[in-house]
Order: sequence, then C-alpha cells, then structure tokens
Amino acid sequence: MSVLVYTESDNGKFKKNAFEAASYAHKLAEQLGTSVTAITINAPDSEVIGNYGVSKILKVTNDKLSIFNAKAFATAISQAVENEGASTIVVSSSTDTKYMASILAGALKAGYCTNVVAPPLSTNPLVVKRTAFSNKGFAHTQFKTDINIIGVSSNAYGIFENKVSPKVENFEPDLNDSDFSVQSVNIDKVVGKATIADADIVVSGGRGLKGPENWGMIEELADVLGAATACSKPVSDMGWRSHSEHVGQTGKPVASNLYIAIGISGAIQHLAGVNASKVKVVINTDPEAPFFKAADYGVVGDAFEVVPILIEKLKEFKAQNA
Amino acid sequence: MKILVCISNVPDTTSKINFTEGDTKFDTNGVQFVINPNDEFGLTRAMWFKEKQGATIHVATVGGPEVEPTIRKALAIGADEAVRINAEPTDGLFVAQQLSEVIKTGAYDLIIAGRESIDYNGGMVPGMMSAILNFNFINTCIGLEIEGNTATAIREIDGGKEKISTTLPLIIGGQKGLVEESDLRIPNMRGIMTARQKKLNVLEPVEANHGTEDIKFEKPAAKGAVKLVEADNISQLIDLLHNEAKVI
Repeated sequence: MSVLVYTESDNGKFKKNAFEAASYAHKLAEQLGTSVTAITINAPDSEVIGNYGVSKILKVTNDKLSIFNAKAFATAISQAVENEGASTIVVSSSTDTKYMASILAGALKAGYCTNVVAPPLSTNPLVVKRTAFSNKGFAHTQFKTDINIIGVSSNAYGIFENKVSPKVENFEPDLNDSDFSVQSVNIDKVVGKATIADADIVVSGGRGLKGPENWGMIEELADVLGAATACSKPVSDMGWRSHSEHVGQTGKPVASNLYIAIGISGAIQHLAGVNASKVKVVINTDPEAPFFKAADYGVVGDAFEVVPILIEKLKEFKAQNA
Repeated sequence: MKILVCISNVPDTTSKINFTEGDTKFDTNGVQFVINPNDEFGLTRAMWFKEKQGATIHVATVGGPEVEPTIRKALAIGADEAVRINAEPTDGLFVAQQLSEVIKTGAYDLIIAGRESIDYNGGMVPGMMSAILNFNFINTCIGLEIEGNTATAIREIDGGKEKISTTLPLIIGGQKGLVEESDLRIPNMRGIMTARQKKLNVLEPVEANHGTEDIKFEKPAAKGAVKLVEADNISQLIDLLHNEAKVI
C-alpha cells in the first residue's frame, strides 16, 4: 500500500526534482494514510531525503548503474515496487526519469500520468490534475489500474520539509545483461552552467536580436541572473543558436520561476512551451506583439538599448543585495 | 529493413483549445488536424532510410475513421502502407498495447514514434511498447544511423547530448533533430494521387486495459493584464521582480 518515490540524483547529489517528488509523495501518503519509501541509486547522502517526509530508503549502490540507463533503472525500480508492495509510484519529470518511467509503466502495466501539477483531487478513486494540450489546458485524470505512476511536473507542486529519521536499507536489484542492451557511448554535457530543465530563471532571445553576433548581451544577462539561455524556434532553425536551446512546443519545455523573452513576438507554439513558467517578462519593440498578452511584466523598447541597462542595473542590485 | 512509424492525429499547433460536453471532451469544432510534429520528424527520417537504404515504411495509428486524412498524408509523403486500429486512443497504456500487437505481427526492425503527442503530452507510448515487446528503446532521440543490425543514436539529455549504441529491433521516441524542420516534406500531387491507391488496413482493437481516463478538462485561468514598465525606468522592473513577483 505504501507510496514509492524515485529520488533522482546526479553525480551522487540529489536533484531539486527529487525533493519535489518526495514532497509530493509525502502529501499523497498523508492523504492515503500510509508512509513513503524512497529508492535512491548511487546517492551517498541518501538520508537527506528524510527531510521531505520519507520514512524508509531503499539504497541502491551499484557501479553498473553509475551512468543512467533507462531500462536498467526501470528494472531496479520495478523490483523495489514489488519489494514494498507499492501501489503508487511518484517520479519527477526530468528527461531521464520520463524515459525510465515509460518503460517502468509498460513493465508493470501501470497507468502513468505525466505533467501532474497539483496534489491528488481525490484518492479513491485516485484523480490528479495535469497539464495537457501543451499547457493550453488541464485534465483531471483518473487512474484505472492497481499500480499507478504519477509524474510530477518540475517547479509546480513545490518543496516542503517534513523532517523524519528514515530507516535506510541497502537494496540490491537483480540485473542481467539484457537490462544493458542500450549502451551509453559518451555524454556531452555542459557543466557548471544552469540548464533549461533545472534553472530558476531562463533568458530567451528571438529574431528581434537580428543575428547570432548579438547574443553576447543575452549571455551576460543570464550570467548576472544565474540563468539558463534559450531561444525561439526561428532562431534555432536559422542556426543562430543550437537546437538544444530551442524552447517551445516542439522544443524544450520551460517551467522556470522567471522567463525573460527578448525580441520574441510570442507565437502560440512558443507560448505553449513556456507558459508553465511562473513569471514572464517580455522586452519587445512592437507593443502589439502577442507575448504582451501572456506576460506579467513588459517593456516596450529596443532590446539593444533596454538589455544593457537591465544588465547594469541588475549588477548594482546584486551588489547591494549580495 | 522494415520500419513502422507510429502516428498521432493531433490539433494543428496554432489551434485554440476548447472543451465541450460539460468540459469532458476536447472540442474538435473548427480544429484542423495534422500529423503530430514529433512523429513527422520520425516519418521524414524513415523516408531517408527508404531512399538511401531501401527500407519499407508502414505507418500505424489508433483512431476512428476521422483520422484517415492524416494517415493519407503520411502515405502521400511516402509511406508504403498503413494500419488504422479502429478505437479511440483514450490513454497511453491502451494505445501502447494496440500498437504492440501490430508490431508483433508485422515483424518490424525499427519503430519510430514521437517523444510525445502535442495534444495529451503523455510521452509514454514508445517506452511502454518497449517493455511490452522487450525491444530496445531510445527516447528524445535527435539523431539515428542504422548499419546492419546496429543502431547509433544521439539522445537529448538535460544540459547536453548522449551518444548511444544498441541493436535492432529498436523503438525510437523521436523529435526535432532526427531531421531538421527544413527537411520536412509537403506531399506533391503525384504523392497524393498514389496515396489513394496504397493499402490502408483497418484492424479492430485487441482486448486491453486502460491506464487512465481523463474525466474533466479545464482551461487556464484568465491572465491579468501585463504591467508595462517604461524603457527609461528599468529600475522599476527590477523592483517589481524583487518585491512583487519575488523571483530575483
């Protein structure tokens, strides 16, 4: 009956989404009158997760799992589900976890609901609220299976502390060669820079910036804010910026606290991808740009004049508030 | 090589989203339906395999007769044959079981689906199929090469890319990057004419359980008006972001 949460870590450190998933699992367990067990994979400081209401930890330490492998992780977690007799599994919405959880759901023949943004609307039957239609709507989704998987959206439910001293058990999943038939050859990852998936602030540039040579100020603004950089679809299609920066309906989704759109008109496909951000600021010369209707704060002005002033004022602000 | 491209019939990216029947159904009134963009990138990559490596392409979708124009478009782009499973695609688990049945009987080497559909955004069907069929699976795939029985792929990860090696049979959750936007093909008249002659098999669904059911929909709350800050008063913007929105 217990709730099992997969708390994701990267290089031995929990990701922010692990605390979000644990907080959500705790809330759900409270509603169900049960407790939360977490499974951690190669996270040495696993007890930290007890701060978020987890009362038991299944701690996996396995060299074969030092690099993320969706199938092998799914196998390990499905064995934990069986071990605990868990009926509900809570996972995050990171790229890796979405990949893993879709395999897990197929293996367990479990109903799986992704993009969940609020605590369960009811527990019997289990109904959750999720985004649908690329953030243009919400669905109330009812589970129809004995085992259910809830995928919690990034930056939606929040992180809540509930200090518990968790019981830690070592857990050794039974893995075989077929779990590793998809192999990582190499990983090319930016280190020490905020990523679009994890950043609290995202600074995004559009066609209004006129060319790739003008991105210096976008990067500087992002630097001052500790933000990730992103761009609109035309910008990546024209090759001004890499595809990995493209945010929108067919690009990466953004669910940051603050999204700053510079020289982006706000086509419906772009808005669909960034609407989950809590606060949106738009800087655009055209007061008729559709983004002004979707934004919280706006500046009608030339990015080439506004952004350098914004950088300078932010530096002053940061110096005063350091 | 035998390829199956799984296609979702979705509202065009510019569609206004409304709900009907007491907010329990998506309102299709006046909505233009298209091939799900993530699937179209996959179909276009499949066309490359067809033209360069002599692959055959079948497309499959789960849906009622109303989805046939979308399937015909895939045939007009160049798929050789199509399957429609005559059932409402209610949820990921149900759809995955239906498509798995098609894959089992069709003996496909490569199955390309999209990372997610842009309507319900579940992002689970390809992974579920991989578990049901015990096939290899790569999600958020942005590059794919096949040599004999070996596949080399690039997967998008948070903050970068991962190069992956595996073998067929293989399921792909694809997205932009498999091909570029400029590689997408608009069917020409000849394609549209031949598509009419191509085989479109209609199958009845197999017995399968449902994972979830959408019981109600709602639209996001109306947004308040934007607060405009004068371009010569940027300090006010910083003040609002710090004291009002509390995001910096």
